Formats: sequence, C-alpha cells, structure tokens
Amino acid sequence: MSLSAAPVAAATPMERGSRLGNRIFYLLCLAGALAIGMLLLLVAYQLFKGSYLAMKQFGWGFLVHSDWDPVNEIYGALPFIYGTFVTAAIALLIAVPLSVGTAIYLTDLAPLWLRQPLVSIIEMLAAVPSVIWGLWGIFVLVPCLRVAVYPLLQKWFGFLPIFQGPIYGIGYLTAGIIVAIMILPIVTSVAREILRSVPNLQREAAYALGATRWEVTRIAVLSYAKRGLFGAAILGLGRALGETMAVTMVIGNNTEISRSLFAPGYTLASVIANEFTEASTDMSISVLFELGLVLLGLTIAINIVAQFMIRAISSPETRRVA
Amino acid sequence: MPPMHSVANHHYRKFKNAWMNTLAIACALLVISPLGFILFYLIRQGASSVNWAFFTNLPAPVGQIGGGMGNAIVGTLELLLLASLVGVPIGVLGGIYLSEYGGERINDWIRFWADVLNGIPSIVWGIVAYALVVKSPVEGHSLWSDAWHHLRVVAHTLVGLPMKGFSAYAGGLALGFMMIPLILRTTEEVLVLVPRSYREAALALGLPQWKTVVRIVLPTALKGIVTGVLLAMARVAGETAPLLFTAFGNNYWNRNLAEPVAAVPLQIFNYAISPYDDWHRQAWAGALVLMAIILTINIVVRIISRGYKSN
Amino acid sequence: MADAVPAKISIPQSPAAGGAPTNALPVAEESVAFDIKNFSLWYGVRQALHDVTIRIPAKKVTAIIGPSGCGKSTFIRALNRMHELTPGTRIEGDVRLFGENLYGSNVEPTTVRRRVGMVFQKSNPFPTMSIAENVLVGLRLNGVRDKALLRQRLEESLHMAALWDEVKDTLGRPGISLSGGQQQRLCIARALAVKPDIILMDEPCSALDPIATAKVEELIHNLRVNYTVVIVTHNMQQAARCSDKTAFFYMGKLIEYDETRTIFMNPANPQTEAYVSGRFG
Repeated sequence: MSLSAAPVAAATPMERGSRLGNRIFYLLCLAGALAIGMLLLLVAYQLFKGSYLAMKQFGWGFLVHSDWDPVNEIYGALPFIYGTFVTAAIALLIAVPLSVGTAIYLTDLAPLWLRQPLVSIIEMLAAVPSVIWGLWGIFVLVPCLRVAVYPLLQKWFGFLPIFQGPIYGIGYLTAGIIVAIMILPIVTSVAREILRSVPNLQREAAYALGATRWEVTRIAVLSYAKRGLFGAAILGLGRALGETMAVTMVIGNNTEISRSLFAPGYTLASVIANEFTEASTDMSISVLFELGLVLLGLTIAINIVAQFMIRAISSPETRRVA
Repeated sequence: MPPMHSVANHHYRKFKNAWMNTLAIACALLVISPLGFILFYLIRQGASSVNWAFFTNLPAPVGQIGGGMGNAIVGTLELLLLASLVGVPIGVLGGIYLSEYGGERINDWIRFWADVLNGIPSIVWGIVAYALVVKSPVEGHSLWSDAWHHLRVVAHTLVGLPMKGFSAYAGGLALGFMMIPLILRTTEEVLVLVPRSYREAALALGLPQWKTVVRIVLPTALKGIVTGVLLAMARVAGETAPLLFTAFGNNYWNRNLAEPVAAVPLQIFNYAISPYDDWHRQAWAGALVLMAIILTINIVVRIISRGYKSN
Repeated sequence: MADAVPAKISIPQSPAAGGAPTNALPVAEESVAFDIKNFSLWYGVRQALHDVTIRIPAKKVTAIIGPSGCGKSTFIRALNRMHELTPGTRIEGDVRLFGENLYGSNVEPTTVRRRVGMVFQKSNPFPTMSIAENVLVGLRLNGVRDKALLRQRLEESLHMAALWDEVKDTLGRPGISLSGGQQQRLCIARALAVKPDIILMDEPCSALDPIATAKVEELIHNLRVNYTVVIVTHNMQQAARCSDKTAFFYMGKLIEYDETRTIFMNPANPQTEAYVSGRFG
C-alpha cells in the first residue's frame, strides 16, 4: 500500500498519538520557558501589591525622608538607600581593580599549569554562603579591623570626615569590605571571560610592534574589552546592592545616616531581614514591602544594564557565567 | 639606528612590564586569600564541636550543653527537596524548550531575563513567597487574588498548607523560585551539546519528537542536567534571607511540612547574632558542616563533569 | 640589538641558480638581511621546520611559497620570534639579522620585533584607535613624543602604504571604519611607521579582493627601495609578480631557493617544477 493511498483526513492512530504527545510536550516546555517571564511579573506584582498601603500613605517622599519611627508610623527610606549605596560603592572600589587585575593575570600572564587551579579556587569562593561570611565577619574581621586597621586609618586620614568618629568595628566600611570579598569571584569570572574573548589577532598585532606583555594587554586587550569590563563591574554592583546576610551581621543596624564610614548603618536588604518578622501592623509590613520594591527596582535596572554591556562583547560562555 | 630605540626607553618599558606583572600577581593573591582565611577559621573554631551529638540533637536552651543542629540539618534537606520539586521540573522543561523548540530571538530574550532574575537579591524571593503563602489572604482585590485564594484553599485541603503562617512549603517555594532560572540555563547548555545526529537518527526511525527528546536526548545529557541541579541545590542550601520569614526556623523537629522548619543557615545566623558563647561555638560548627556539604557537592560535580567532557 | 651596522658582504651567485661557475664575474655587492643556517623548529614533539639554510638579501622582496602546511607561515613567524607566543615551541640553528644573532641569550623578543615588523593575513587594526593613532602606536610605545616627528612619520607611512590620499581628511576616524583593503594598508603603514629593518608579510592579500590586492602588490613593489620584504603567499602568480627571489618550501624543508624567474621558468628541483606548474598544491 502506498503511503499516499490513505485518505488525507484520517490520521492513523500512530500519527494521532504522537501529534498529541508532541503538542502536550511542547506546551509543557513552553510553560517552563515562559515561567521566566511569569516570575518577573509575579515578583513585580506581589511587591507592588504589598507596597500599596505604604505608597498611598507616603508617596514619593518616602524615598527622601530619613525619619524612621515605627511607633508613630513615620517611615522614610533614605537611610537605607544611603547605606546600600555607600556599602556598594566601597565594595566596588575595592573589588573591581582587584578582579580586573586577577582576570588579566589569569588570561595573559599566569603560567598555563596555574590557571585552572586558580579558576577552581575562585569558583569555590563563589560558593561560600553569605551567612558564613557574616559569621567570619563578626568574629574575625570586625575585631581585627577595630583593633588594628581602623585606628591607623583614623590616624592617617582622620582629617577626612569619613574617617572620623568612634570606632566600633562594625559599620559601613566593614560591610563594604565583606561585600567586596563576596563579589570578587563573579566579577573576576566575568572579566576573565571577556578578556578571553578578545581575538588573538589583536594581541599579535601589538606583539609584532615589539610591545611588552603589559603593553599588549593595555593596547590590544583592555581597550578592546572596555565595555565588557564595565559591564562586569555593573554586574558586581547589582550583586553588591542585594547582599543581605553578611551585611546584616556587620553593619550595626542603625537607622541614622552618618558621614563616618566607621559608623553603624543600615541597608535596604538588611532592614528587611531584621524587621520583617517583628513587623506587626499592616502599615509596617507594607513599608517593608515598599523597601523591597525599591531594592528590586534598583537591582533589576542595574542588572539589565550589566547584561546589555556584557553581551556587547561576548561569547556564549560569558553570558552563562553571569 | 633611529633615535627612539634609546636604552632608557627600553629599560623603562621593561621595568613597567615587570611592575605590572607584580601587581597582577598581587591582585590574584588577594583575591584567593579569603578562601584560605575562611577555611582556616571554620576548621579552627568549628571542628571540635562537630560530633555525633551535633548531628542528632535538638538545640538546647541557653546554658545547657549538648545542643545540636539535627533538626536544622533535616530541615535543610526537607527544604531542598521541596525546592527541587518546584525548580527542577520547570527549569528542565524550560531548558528543553530553549534547546529543542525555541527560535534565536526568543531564546536570547529568555536567557537575558533569566540572567536578570539570577541577579535579584534572594530576600526578594522570600518576600514573594511570604506574600503568596504565608500572609493571610486579604479581601479579594482582583481576579488574580481570588484565583490564588481558591488555589490556597485547595492546597490547604490536599496537603495541609496553612492558610496563614510560616511553613516548610513557603521556604521551599522561595528557594524553588531561585532554582528555576539557574536550572533552566544549565539544562539548556548541556542539551545543546547533544549532537544533532542523535535526534535525526531517532526521528528517522519514526519516533515522534517528544519521545526523541525524552528517550534519547535527555538521557544523553542526564549527567550534565544532574550536575546543574546539584549546583543549584548547593547554591540555595546556603541561602538564609529567603527563609527568614517563610520557613522561619524551629527549635524542634519539624513534624509537618506545613509548620515552620529549622535550616542550617538560619540556625547559624540566629546563633551568631546571639550573645551566648556556646551558641557561637555551635554556629561555627554548623558553618563548617554547611561549607563541607557545599564544597563536597561542588567537587563531586567537577569530577562528574570531567568524565562527562572527556566522553 | 641597538646600534648594529648592517654588514656588507658579497655573495657569489648560487650554483643552484642555473650553474654559473664560481670563477665567473662576481655579482654586485649585496647585503644579507637574514643569514639562516640549519634552522629547525618543533611544536612540542612535532618537527615543523627541518634544517633550513637560506640567505635572504636586503632591500629585495623574497617570496616564500609552498602548499598548505609546508611550514612557510611557521618559518616567517620564526623570523620575528612570534612563534614563541605558542607554548611548547623549540628551535635549533642559527638565525642572524644583519650579522646579529636573533636568538642570542641576551636578546629579547620585544627588541627583535621592533626591528622586524609584521603584517598579518587578516588585517587587525586596533578598533578603539583612530587611523592616526593606529599608525603611530608603535612610535608612541617607543617613547616618541615630538609632535612634529610624529606628524612627519604619519604622512610618510601612509604615503608609502598608498593610503594617504584616501584618508588624509579623516585621520580621526576609527581604524576599523575603513574597507578591508584599506585596513590592510593601514596595518602596513603601522608596521612601516617605526622604520623597521625588515617587513614580514604573512599572506597579506589572501583576505582581499583583486583590486585591493593589486594595490597592495604595487606597494610591495615600491617598498623594496627602502625595506627588505619577506612575503609568504599561496598565490604563485603573486610571487612571480612581486618578488625578486623565491623560496619553495615543502613539508617543512626548503626545497629550492633562487631568483624568482628561475624558480618559475626553469626550476632545478622536480618537486618545485611540479608545484609551480600546478600539478599539486
């Protein structure tokens, strides 16, 4: 019997079964993929919904006021926004140069046998949970900084307002240092992938002119990879903004804004972590939701920028690492 | 010789090269040294406290010795299981879509947003799970909240999901949300590596596409998918923030997934910020155990992958 | 490697080139740019070049031809020590640039490369630099700050690379905004700007269309007045058009080396003959 002899309208049981199976399976997989979009919508929706009460009450002023008085139900987010940015800035200042330097070392300078072990160590660093950094922070880093490092900083640079004031060991600077340690692995990984994607032909052009290794890196690699490296830094910023546990444990949890880096402070993530279970009134919970919304907005915006920049110069591996 | 090949210039460039080399090495050393510090202190402070009692006992009240983290360890396992129930099916199916069905543009979009999701602070997932499952339902504002409310009632009847309050389900949900974009990306990556000829051979034999994927492609990529899941589990096992107001913690054994449950990172946090030395000691022990689990998973994954890649 | 004076030695006509006996009238004095004796190169355990002995004359164009994989690219990259960028390479033998040992124990590769320039198969101008910056990058690296000198070199090099007229008004545009052929001439200008002793070219036209190729070939022809050029090409007609002397490589060995006319009209070695007449390649 020829295959075309069967009437077109009637599908065979085999065809019918597999077509149905194909359809169902396809829809299942599509649902899985669409889950990404759904998750985004879900997060945005729930946070907006939960913040509604607070947003109605405080409006945009919420973002610029710094009074935090739960008893009288007066709330302002400024101290947390301030603290979030200060710790993130400190973290970036420390982590980005170190990460780029390490990435350069791993890509062009390190002996070949050393590269994979170093990369593995950095990957393991990325696996250390935030709460363990916080634990180490409280009991090891804080006493060390309080006793040995901060007094020196105050002695040498005390003329700057950021280094004035009483030293407790906890505070903005300590939180910034711990966050720096935590974002080092990812910024290094992404930076490394970006440097690796610079075509070798570029390096050879510089070598052929008699450039030294560093000159080759400067002229052919770093300039080429500038945008991607900036994206790696922005990615680090996104991570830094959202770090919660380690920051909560070493920042001191103080709702007042202070110019001194040695002073205790608060960040958006850490205030949510601390206050959520204490919050009893609908308004206080809604305020925390709104803080979460601000945090979400910030991190999503920064992450979008970072992902664009990384994709501007990248191979598929870079995108996965991020 | 032209004037520029001066000896001074040459030496300057050599010096700068050597100096930059040194700086780069210094950066690398600084970047890897925290791992040494952490492992050193974990072992130093925690090793002596890790004993059988630690693994089997419940937390003891302040002042009493012999407390352990047995319930937290079991709790973490429960949470990982629940999270995987949410994260693995959705993530894997999504990864299959990207690799087997998706077009280039939509795939780029999905990957982009998955990466953005991966960058969201984990505490936000806790807030979402709280809003969905922990918070007592508010009067229906919209069609969605009514629908969700009905779903919760169903879940309450079926599995005892409480209409209000902290539970292991809530914690598992929060962690599960986190796992979805992670597993989706890793699954896609390994599926793409399966040679097209396998699929074509199966289709040529008359297998429908869905069977090709399920019976041929997935098993081939299974090792890679499993390692991706393991890595995602290692990642969420250490998360504390999403659990703070979902799983909430528990000083006793968790009898019922609809109740609050202890978890190792939560316990570490609570102990660490307490004023009691004995609890601090136990925090270190818990951290050591947690770190050991996470590192073990990472090393196991590495070993599996090496065998996988050399195939 | 600084301050070397090119050695002037006379060489008798090679006996392989048509059998002129050594007691014939001596040829006019010409200097030897590269004096290479028994040069071998290994990538790990694989030997890529076998015992190559050749003298490349100064101020002439020497072409290196041969089928794919014959070692011609490997050979030319050994002339400015670029093979050292690949780990695991090893060399034996003697390579002298105007009498100085290229691989001497206190000779650094960076110094060699400042005297021996290179143009690559695929043009590679630096994308973040303008046309002018691309040309001058070598000079700037060497510490030249004098604006007048820089300007002069910029014009000279672009003239010599036959690019000046096309870019003189747009020197600030990015180097990659040029067409493929223009980019390659830009790379040539970049190599010329530091006034190297030698220009090495590794299949410079293989990525170019015929019109761009013709322009580059004409420029190579004009370069020989001031520069020694060694060019690798898989295009025999190009070698025949552009070069004074030609070396035929096969399987990592130098099979025959002679005046270009001789190689193409009257080669002594049957393998050479088979290749140039197109019977394999």
